[in-house]
Amino acid sequence: MPDSDRRRLSPEELLRRVEAEERFAKRGRLKVFLGYASGVGKSFRMLDEGRRRKLRGQDVIVGAVQASQDETIVELLHGLELIQPLASGALDLDEICRRRPSVCLIDGLAYRNSSGGRNEYRWQDVEELLASGISVITTINLQYIAEEQERVEAIRGKRVNDSVPESFLLRADDIEVVDAPALDPQLSELREIALVLAAEVVDAQLVEYLRHHGIEQTYGAHERILVCITPRSNADLMISRGRRQADRFHGDLFVVYVEQPGLSESDRAMLEQNLAAARSVEAKIEMLRGDDVVDAILEFARRAAITQIFVGHSQRAGFWQRFRPNPVERLILESGNMDVRVFPQGEAGTAEAETIT
Amino acid sequence: MGEAEGKLKVILGYAAGVGKTFRMLEEGQALRAEGRDVVVGYFEPHGRRDTIAKTEGLETVPRKIISYRDRPFEEMDTEAILDRRPEICLVDEFPHTNVPGTPRAKRWEDVLVLLEAGIDVITTMNIQHLESLNDQVREVSGIQVRETVPDWVLKRANDIVFVDLTPGALLNRLDRGVVYAPEKAQRAKENFFKEPTLAALREMALRQTAHEVDLRQPASPKEKERILIHITDSPSAVGLIRRGRRVADYLRADCFAVTVLPGPGLPSLAVEQREALDRHLDFARKLHIDTRILDAENAADALVAFARTNGITQIFLSKPQRPKLRFLAAKQLLAMQVLRAARDIQVTVVADRHAQ
Repeated sequence: MPDSDRRRLSPEELLRRVEAEERFAKRGRLKVFLGYASGVGKSFRMLDEGRRRKLRGQDVIVGAVQASQDETIVELLHGLELIQPLASGALDLDEICRRRPSVCLIDGLAYRNSSGGRNEYRWQDVEELLASGISVITTINLQYIAEEQERVEAIRGKRVNDSVPESFLLRADDIEVVDAPALDPQLSELREIALVLAAEVVDAQLVEYLRHHGIEQTYGAHERILVCITPRSNADLMISRGRRQADRFHGDLFVVYVEQPGLSESDRAMLEQNLAAARSVEAKIEMLRGDDVVDAILEFARRAAITQIFVGHSQRAGFWQRFRPNPVERLILESGNMDVRVFPQGEAGTAEAETIT
Repeated sequence: MGEAEGKLKVILGYAAGVGKTFRMLEEGQALRAEGRDVVVGYFEPHGRRDTIAKTEGLETVPRKIISYRDRPFEEMDTEAILDRRPEICLVDEFPHTNVPGTPRAKRWEDVLVLLEAGIDVITTMNIQHLESLNDQVREVSGIQVRETVPDWVLKRANDIVFVDLTPGALLNRLDRGVVYAPEKAQRAKENFFKEPTLAALREMALRQTAHEVDLRQPASPKEKERILIHITDSPSAVGLIRRGRRVADYLRADCFAVTVLPGPGLPSLAVEQREALDRHLDFARKLHIDTRILDAENAADALVAFARTNGITQIFLSKPQRPKLRFLAAKQLLAMQVLRAARDIQVTVVADRHAQ
């Protein structure tokens, strides 16, 4: 990495990095195969990876496999050493730790251990193995991810009890999607969710990678929309369009307001209404300060790696405005590689408002 | 028989070596095991042993030798495949450009011919070859990809399947010599095969696949948007067209493009300007955008009038350069004129990411 790409890290950041690296050196690595439904081929992929790693000389064993097995799975299992789970179905943690392989293949991460086991959930067993330095390759279905269960339930109409917290998956070193065409519209929706989830994990890892290497470059794989509101802007339209576009592009939505002195009572009320609209669609809201509205917006936009700015048409009119760039014009000229989308004003918009939008 | 169009399945990856060809052949083998009539129309072995082993037992239609500048080149023999009339044909490297002298310029055009004849096709491609992502790919990789597939062709696919592999595992494969021979691997590492670039491409491919899945769901045609792109002779028009098309696709909106020429009584354009305009109009048409040429003295007025009569909800314009004389000149910029004239229409001013 050339020096120009690096930024000086603060002592705290350096310490955090050293600690993370020490922890990383001891811990096993976690790899997860994520599928949107059963039958897409997760177990096969996991076992096939185990087979290939074994061929390359790694010490691979199997800690748990799915009960139902087709021919290809049975064939793959033939070449691998299996440590039988306990009679209860839970992993035989003691035996695996005694055997100390470098990699353990564990099917069905969401499995719930019956009472009497060391841990309630298999993912907690996996955490123990990782902590003891054994790497784990495992599989999970979208419907078992705790944070996704509500959505999946709404689509499929049925609930499963076992679950793995999303935070555990986000700590995985590697997540790979096992993709296949979906057989019906419901499954298509689940497939879409799984793909977007994986994209988000990849994005988080990319950001982490760039931070770790001190690179301050933004990678434009992701749409980030900034809606600038004022009391008088057509905020409902802008926010709903922003939400829609962010959803369609699977991106992020920010809403900002640059604080203005001396707002009238009615403007204050309208601003509150607009901010409530932003909250209701779960936008990230920021109140900005600054003498110059355009500078304040652009400073925030650059910091937040915004790709597109939404503003209302300028309401400024009058003699001087025929010669001087108005705030919207300045925003367009000074916003570098960000796009600017300008919206018509709502009925509330009148020429008297001396603010941007 | 052969009445209905064939089905197209695209196996999508984010880089060479993730396993697209392997997956294509695996599916071919599975279909053959079911007793279906499968042939390999084109297969690029890249000297990968595991992949070559997967072709065993599959019939291959021999390639055609084309002589170009006294050298022999091998291309897919589409006519021979049509004669053979298989049920399913496997075609590697969808975005490939054929050597001059081949009946069609692009392999994806050959595939469309096979589909028209009622043959199902399974093909492979990498995300960086998708036309509308061209600028974004350049941004994350620094590489201008020349071989592109228009988005409407991908939209034609019945199924798109993403083949995933982590960048770490892919780089391992590269180091072990599985993907390319050593000297080519070294070159690759200087180009696409950097971890952050691969991660960004992977993310794009995941999002694109999610989008393709979404497109194939029954749509909710609530508020139909209509998008208008203003085409000029400026080089920034290319990125603008891609961007407008991409947004239209995402919003499932209708997409128009307009260029405004000075009226017949006015001095005509210089040759280079005229050629650039034609190139840009042609590019828009290739992306299946409805294009019009208007004659008018004032481009901003003509554009806004067209938008009003055609129920346009959003106008796409190139972002102007900052004028040197800041004050008065800014007002004369086309984008600002349109903004003043179209206060009731949404206007998106698109940054020229090439210029940054």
